[in-house]
Amino acid sequence: MSQRTRQILTSGVLLAWALFLWWAERNLDAYYVRVLNTAAIYVVAAVSYTLINGIAGQFSLGPNGFMALGGYVVALLILPLAQKEMGWILEPLAWPFNTFSLPPHLFPLAVLAGGIVAVAGGFVVGFPSLRLRGDYLAIATFGFGEIIFVLANNLIGLTNGAMGIKGIPNYATLWWTWGWAIFTIWVVRNLAQSSFGRAMKAIREDEVAAAAMGINVFRLKLLALVVSAFFGGVAGGLLAALISTVSPTIFTFTMTFNLLVIIVLGGLGSTTGAAVTAVLFTVLQELLRIVETPIRIGPLQLPGVSGMRMVIFSVLLVALMLFYRRGLFGRSEFSWEWVLGKFRQRGMASASDQSGNLEA
Amino acid sequence: MTLETLVQQLMNGISLGSLYALIAIGYTMVYGILRLINFAHGDVFMVGAYTAFYLVSFFLLPWWAVVPLTLLAAALLGMFIDRVAYRPLRQEPRISALITAVGVSFFLETLGIVVLGARPKGFTEYIPGLFARVYDLAGIKIPGVAVWVPLLSLACLGLLLYIIYNTKVGMAMRAVATDIETVRLMGVNVDRIISYTFALGSALAAAGGIMWAFKFWQIQPLMGIYPGWKAFTAAVVGGIGNITGAMLGGFIIGLAEIMAVAFFPDFSGYRDAFVFAILIAFLLVKPTGILGESLKEKV
Amino acid sequence: MQATSREILKLERVTMNFGGLTAVSDFSLDLFPGELVGLIGPNGAGKTTVFNLITGQYTPTRGRIYFEGRDITGWPPHLVTAAGIARTFQNIRLFGGLSVLENVLVAYHVRLRATFWEAMFQLPRYNREERRMRQEGMELLRRVGLERLAEAEAGSLPYGQQRQLEIARALATGPRLLLLDEPAAGMNPEETRRLMDFIQHIRREFNLTILLIEHDMQLVMGICERIRVLDYGVSIAEGPPEAIQKDPRVIAAYLGEAEEEDVVG
Repeated sequence: MSQRTRQILTSGVLLAWALFLWWAERNLDAYYVRVLNTAAIYVVAAVSYTLINGIAGQFSLGPNGFMALGGYVVALLILPLAQKEMGWILEPLAWPFNTFSLPPHLFPLAVLAGGIVAVAGGFVVGFPSLRLRGDYLAIATFGFGEIIFVLANNLIGLTNGAMGIKGIPNYATLWWTWGWAIFTIWVVRNLAQSSFGRAMKAIREDEVAAAAMGINVFRLKLLALVVSAFFGGVAGGLLAALISTVSPTIFTFTMTFNLLVIIVLGGLGSTTGAAVTAVLFTVLQELLRIVETPIRIGPLQLPGVSGMRMVIFSVLLVALMLFYRRGLFGRSEFSWEWVLGKFRQRGMASASDQSGNLEA
Repeated sequence: MTLETLVQQLMNGISLGSLYALIAIGYTMVYGILRLINFAHGDVFMVGAYTAFYLVSFFLLPWWAVVPLTLLAAALLGMFIDRVAYRPLRQEPRISALITAVGVSFFLETLGIVVLGARPKGFTEYIPGLFARVYDLAGIKIPGVAVWVPLLSLACLGLLLYIIYNTKVGMAMRAVATDIETVRLMGVNVDRIISYTFALGSALAAAGGIMWAFKFWQIQPLMGIYPGWKAFTAAVVGGIGNITGAMLGGFIIGLAEIMAVAFFPDFSGYRDAFVFAILIAFLLVKPTGILGESLKEKV
Repeated sequence: MQATSREILKLERVTMNFGGLTAVSDFSLDLFPGELVGLIGPNGAGKTTVFNLITGQYTPTRGRIYFEGRDITGWPPHLVTAAGIARTFQNIRLFGGLSVLENVLVAYHVRLRATFWEAMFQLPRYNREERRMRQEGMELLRRVGLERLAEAEAGSLPYGQQRQLEIARALATGPRLLLLDEPAAGMNPEETRRLMDFIQHIRREFNLTILLIEHDMQLVMGICERIRVLDYGVSIAEGPPEAIQKDPRVIAAYLGEAEEEDVVG
C-alpha cells in the first residue's frame, strides 16, 4: 500500500471523527459529551503510560502523580481571580498565582505548562531509580504518587489542602481533549516505531544485551518515563478543566490502576491498542455503574454495592495477566495493512463458508 | 523537648520500626528469591488484622487461640496468592508478575471495602491488658504497646532467624535465594520452598497487623498500603534481599519517621514525604542499602 | 603506565574479586590487530568474567584495561561498545520479540544523528536516517546470509541461526574487536565446521581482531592462531595450538576436571 493511500485513509477517518465530534457537541446531552471527553483523556494518559510500561518494559506506577501535577498546575493557571480570592479560606493563595489568570485562548499554554511540570516530576523520580537495575522505579513512582497526595493536602497556600480547588473554568471542549488525544497517539506511536522506540524495546527484551549494543540504557529509560510523564500531566490538566475541580482524592492510585487495566487489556507494548481500550474502558466503566446502583428486577430489589466496579477491574487485571497476557492487540500497532488484511481474511473466510454451504 | 517525651518518642519509634521490620521481612525474602515486589504483602498484613478482629470479636476466642489461627490463615493466604497469581508467571518477563501483584493487592483492598466496609473498625475493647496498661519507668510513663510490641517483634524475628539459619527449610530458602537454578538441578522442590517463604513472610506480616491494631486501636481495609510501602522502603534501606538488613531498615524508618515528627511538629503532615525522601536519598547514594550486596545480573 | 598503541587490547594484571571469591587473578593479555586468539579453560575458570571485565559489565578490583591505547577500565558497557568492542553471549541474548532486522538496527541507534524530537515528529532528517539504517541493516544481513529472514521474529529462529544473528548484531555496532563467548555451544560437528568458515569469513570481510572462548577443541585448534589457558582464574599457559595440546599443565587442568566429573558422575 502506498504512503499516499495510507494518508488518504487516515485523513478520511480523522475527518469523519471531526464531523462526529461536531455533531456530538450540538446534539448529545451533557452526560454523553462528558463520557466522550473522559475517553479522550484516558487515551492521552494510557497511550503515554504504555510507552514506559509496555515499550520500555519499566514498571512505573506514576501516572496519578503526574496527572495530579498537571491538574493542579492548570487549575492554578486558569482559575478566575475571583475564585482565587474566595476559594482559599485557611491561607491565601501564594504569589504569583494570586495575581493573574490565563484567558481561555491561552488554555493550551496552561496544559503545556502542566505537562512540563510533570516532566520535572518524572526527572525527580526517574533519575534516582532508573540508574539501577531492578524494579526500583515501581516503588519510587508509587511513593511519588503518595507524596503528591501528601503535598496536595498540606501545601494549602497552593492547593487549598483537602478542600481542593473548585470552579475551574470548563475549557476542556471535545476539540481540545480529542485534539490532544490524537496528537498523543501520533507522537507516541512515532516514537515507539522509531529508532528510539526500538532501543526501548531492546531494553525491555534484554537490558544487558541492549547495553552491549551501545544503547545508553539509563538515558532511554528516562526518556520513556519523561515523555510519558509529560502526557500524564497533559491528561491531568485536561481533566481538571473538564470536571472543573481538583482535590487530592481525584488523583489517587485508583487512577493509575485503571490505566494499568487499560494498557494490559490493549496489549502491553501497543500504543494504538492502548488508545482503543481506553475508549472501551471508559464506556465499560459507565456501563458498570449498574452494579453500584440499586436495581429492581420485578419484586427483587438488588442493592448496589459501592466500590464493586473496582473489585471487578482488579479481578479483570489478574485474569488478563494469567490467561490473556497478550491483550487485544499484543504488541502490534494499528496499521491500515493490518485492517485490510483482516477484511480480506474475513472475506475469504465467508467466501469459503459459502462454498462449503453450497457443497453441503 | 523533655527527657520524658524524648524517651517516649524513642520507644514509639522503636515500636513502629519493629512493625515495619516484621512486614519488611516478607518483602525482602520474596524479592531475594523471585526479584518480585509482592505488592499484596501489605494487604496480607491488613487481612491478618481483620482475621484477628473477627476471631476475637465475633467468635469470642481468647488471644492464645486467636494469634496462631491468624498467623496460620495469613500463611495460607500468602501461599495461595503465590500459587494462583505468581507461580504461573515465573517464566514470564518480570513485569508480568509485578502487574499481577498490583492486581492482587488492589483486589484485596477493594474487596475489603466492599465486604468489610470502608469505615474503620474499633479495636480498643479487645486489646489485651498487657498492651493497654501504662508502665512507670523511673517516673517516665510508657504505654504497654511501646514495651511489648518491640519485644514480641524481636521474639518473632529471632524465631525467624532461627528457622532461616538452623533448619533444613531455612537452609533451602537461603540456597534458593542464592542460586535458584542450581538448587533446582539438585532436586530440591523449589516451588515448595518458595511457598514456605510466602507462608513465613505472611505470618510475620499478620503478627505485625495484630500489633498494629493494638498500637493504633483501629483497622480499615486500606491500612496496609502505607505500612507496606514504608516496609518495602525499609527493605531497600537495609539492603534488599538481606533479612537482617530488612529488620535494621524497619527500625531506621520507624525511628526516623517518629523523630522527624517529634522534632518538627509543624511538618507532621509531611511524615510520609519524609520516608519518600529517605528512599530517594538511598537510591541516589547507596542503592545497595546498608547491608546489601549489589544484585548483579549474571551474564 | 602508558600502553603502547601497537596492541589493540591490553589487559594489565587484572584481578576480579566477588566477595571473598577471586574469579580472575592477575590476568594480563595482549592482543594484536588482526589476531584470532582462543581463551580456553575448564568450567568456572573465569573466562566469561574476563569478557565481562573487558566489556564493562564488571569493573576490575585491580588492574587496567586498554583498548587501542585508551584506558577503558571501568567504562560502562555502552561506551565500551561505542569505542569499538562488540561481544556475543554464552547463552544467546537476542531481543527475542523483535524482528531479525530490528535486532541489527538496535545496534545502529548510537550512530543516529537526529534527535528524539525529529523522530517523534517524523521530520525529514530522521526519516532519511531511518531509511539509510534499514538499507545498511539489510546489506549486513545479506553479507551474513540472513536477509531472507529479515522480518522473522528473532526468538523464533532455529538455534544455529540465532547464534549467527547474534554475531551479525555484534558486527552491526561496527567493532574492531569481537569477543565471541562459546559460539559453537550446542552445535553438531557439521554446524561447527560451518561456523568456523563463518568466523574466518567475517574476520576477513570486517577486518576484525577476534578473541573467543570455546570448549569445542575442533574449533579452537582449527582456527585460533594463539591460545591462552585459564584455570581457577589464573593464566597457566599460552602458545600456538600444537604447543598447547602438548602442554602438561593444560592437560593436568583438563584431566583434573575430567576426574572430578567422573567422581560426580
